[in-house]
Amino acid sequence: MSFERPTFRHPQQAKNEAGYTRKDYEGAISTLCAGCGHDSATAGIIQACFELNVEPHRVAKMSGIGCSSKTPAYFLGRSHGFNSVHGRMPSIATGANMANRDLLYIGVSGDGDTASIGMGQFAHALRRNLNLNYLCMNNGCYGLTKGQDSATADKGSAGKKGVPNPYASIDLCELAIELGASYVARGFSGDKKQLVPLIKGAFAHSGLAFIDIISPCVTFNNTSTSTKSYEYVREHIEATNTFDFIPLQQEILADYEEGTSQAVTMHDGSIIHLHKADSSKDVTNRLIAVNNLETEKAKGRLLTGLLYVNQEIMETHDIINSTLRPLNSLTERDLCPGNQALQKINDSLR
Amino acid sequence: MTKIESINDFVVRFANVNGSGSASANNLFAKAIFRIGVPVSPKNIFPSNIQGLPTWYEVRVNEQGFLGRRGGVDLTVAVNGQTLHKDYRDLLPGGYFVYDSSKDLPDDFQRDDITIIGIPFTQLCNDEFKNPKLRQILRNIIYVGSLAFLLDLELSVLTESITKQFQKKPKLAEPNIKALELGYDFARDHYPDTCKLSLRPSDRVGNDILMDGNSAIGLGAVYAGATVAGWYPITPSTSVVEAFERYSKKFRVEEDTGRNKVAILQAEDELAAIGIVIGASWNGARAFTATSGPGISLMNEFLGLAYFAEIPVVLIDVQRAGPSTGMPTRTQQSDVLACAYASHGDTKNVLLFPCDPKECFEMSADAFDLAERLQTPIIIMSDLDLGMNDHLSAPLNWDDNRKYDRGKVLSAEDLDNLKEKWGRYLDVDGDGICYRTYPGTHPTKGAYFTRGTSHNEYSAYTEESSIYLAGMERLLVKWDTAKDLVPAPRSKIRDPENKVGVLFYGTTTHATYEAISRFSKKGLKINSLRVRAFPFQKEVIDFINSHETIFVIEQNRDAQLRTLLMTEDGVSPIKLQSILNYDGLPITANFITDKIDNLLAVEEQMGQETKGGKA
Repeated sequence: MSFERPTFRHPQQAKNEAGYTRKDYEGAISTLCAGCGHDSATAGIIQACFELNVEPHRVAKMSGIGCSSKTPAYFLGRSHGFNSVHGRMPSIATGANMANRDLLYIGVSGDGDTASIGMGQFAHALRRNLNLNYLCMNNGCYGLTKGQDSATADKGSAGKKGVPNPYASIDLCELAIELGASYVARGFSGDKKQLVPLIKGAFAHSGLAFIDIISPCVTFNNTSTSTKSYEYVREHIEATNTFDFIPLQQEILADYEEGTSQAVTMHDGSIIHLHKADSSKDVTNRLIAVNNLETEKAKGRLLTGLLYVNQEIMETHDIINSTLRPLNSLTERDLCPGNQALQKINDSLR
Repeated sequence: MTKIESINDFVVRFANVNGSGSASANNLFAKAIFRIGVPVSPKNIFPSNIQGLPTWYEVRVNEQGFLGRRGGVDLTVAVNGQTLHKDYRDLLPGGYFVYDSSKDLPDDFQRDDITIIGIPFTQLCNDEFKNPKLRQILRNIIYVGSLAFLLDLELSVLTESITKQFQKKPKLAEPNIKALELGYDFARDHYPDTCKLSLRPSDRVGNDILMDGNSAIGLGAVYAGATVAGWYPITPSTSVVEAFERYSKKFRVEEDTGRNKVAILQAEDELAAIGIVIGASWNGARAFTATSGPGISLMNEFLGLAYFAEIPVVLIDVQRAGPSTGMPTRTQQSDVLACAYASHGDTKNVLLFPCDPKECFEMSADAFDLAERLQTPIIIMSDLDLGMNDHLSAPLNWDDNRKYDRGKVLSAEDLDNLKEKWGRYLDVDGDGICYRTYPGTHPTKGAYFTRGTSHNEYSAYTEESSIYLAGMERLLVKWDTAKDLVPAPRSKIRDPENKVGVLFYGTTTHATYEAISRFSKKGLKINSLRVRAFPFQKEVIDFINSHETIFVIEQNRDAQLRTLLMTEDGVSPIKLQSILNYDGLPITANFITDKIDNLLAVEEQMGQETKGGKA
């Protein structure tokens, strides 16, 4: 069941520049477990949309199957949503994006949905650099089927059942960088301060923006033996950088100290200002980005923040040189060659 | 020995090695027959291989216009050593065996009921042409030249074709024409008055065109306004999307920007291919994919989603011989059940059965209207024979006044004018079809959440049994609505008294009509009905009910359409007798004639036994 949220709100609720209140970005009430990391991720999406003045009806949200894939029902109730089949969100998003390049696409998936059943589609959406915001809520387990290990569970990590996972884990961020994503980040649902700018940066980015959101499963994988518990993640987190996302046309007020700061200009003119904890962590170089992840992993640390960004890679529509008009807006006049042309084809077949 | 004698009615079979450049030579031959106005139907019988394995090209020539396979071969051009024995053995008594006499025939080739015509193709070629690359190709052109003489075909028809083909490279035309002449002259000098098969110019082709079904479907999709195609390569469907791409390059480039008014994505697999179609259709573009049996299997889960969430899908199934990988380059009609009921749970899909390129074009265009009107998958059931072979077809036509039927879609204005609460799955006019909206239409109205889970009329998740049941029942109402929209069957009552009728569909059509015509000549007028769509309309059931026995002719082992008739419409199995060809080759008129003969004999015998009281 999904439950509608009460509509009553404080009459003076703040509006953003587009004239929407926070409420306009909310959805139905979540039916996930109390304390689920996914709800925090959902709240992060809502906040990012509100702060970026996104028009709700210009967003299409899609998902696969699993706990995470339920979340599109819990944000942006004024947007069209599509809860598809297990592991196939990327192809649905691909088709939708091909049909109308003018909408903002939010694809929500989970670690089972992405790293196992949907690995193929994940890989190929990356490879095509589809203009999609791919948010993976990663809890290392299958929640809806009661806690089985997923492919992102770390080797040796044990959830509620207490059996250590014997297999190596898949690092989705490393894969994303290698396979062609042009914006790769990792956040933690428990750190909204970091997560919201990461999501905003993704929205401003043209091309595939992948965010691996470590999002603990309070019911099945929040044990002291799990490496995806709130406690473990908090203790082992390491940030590449903190950053400010400065939307287009907004005045830059902060003073950035030279040497520790790096500016990345997005396609829409927005700027990301990175404040590096460590000046070696360059996020615009693919080799260094992968190296950063591996280095921290070797130290038993989980690297978060913006991991890699490349504004030079063409997104799918540019690769296939498709029209700037949304394909779904074209009519007979644009599309049908007419009978005269057909008669010429007949002639060529005689 | 009696030689086979015939004017404009015979079968020529070329036995080649694939990858040896024979296709263009064989094509040249078939097209020349077409150009002198004689109905012709070439069929490629090829291996799942790029180079080195046997391939055949069978050309049916028939003045009357029967262009299914007939069965039997009257003249063989045997230029493949690997299959020489088989080709020799398979030739009809009285037939002609043309072979490359650069090498002697083996000693055990001792048939005395055929005419042997040895022409040293390789030798002639090597003596004349020095370029080794050209040699292989031109050797094939030489045998076409020889055939021209043997079959009384004006050499000028061929030389004109060559000249046209190499308009931009006249230097290449020269050796080709020389090769034709070499073959022609050798046959003339050594085999005068030998072959009693003959071609005579005719006017029977009229205005018709020669086209393959896959190109017609791809072109139909362009005319229908398809803008998104997701696909994965698989024989024999690949050329559907290739044709779509070819015609899109011609017709779908913005003049001012050079950008494409189409998005064609080669997907990572068939699952993604149909996912792309569903995503695009959901978002208001016309989208399609093409595949074959193995792809259909992979698309099952998504087809169920499209059925239950009610999203338009146009899916082209160019069927090949299954099960599993089966015979990827052989034809069958064996995906009927897999497509009709594709996906788990109670699912039914609309099927269309084209029989020639014109219908491929029309049904391809109609499929988009149907999919959007019915908000459900529409599957076009073509097959390898129709898709990959050239067929003689009536010319294509397009009504410039035709408007695309985008189905029940609400615009922003519609939403503003709505008096009652809109529900995505609310059937307001009783036809089982509900109104939908595209994402991005209206700032505050018309957004909904699409899901494959059970949903109520307002698209909210529910596990309430009564609501689930109402939704499933409504889909059946829609299924009934579909019957009025899908292409009607074609029936012909030749003798209202005859209680025997035949029923068939797709590429079985042509050979069946030929068999019917043979019976008509003997005085037995058999009634016929060609199914063009599933669900079956009332006409189909009425036809069955008005006969005592129906022969259902299909190209699969398990009588799949017969099963559908029994399951969906309760037709008695006793009434439906099957004639089934599933060897991977297109069904022949000879096969159908024999089977009908046998079944009629059994009927008669049973009738007599009943009269005699033995039954």
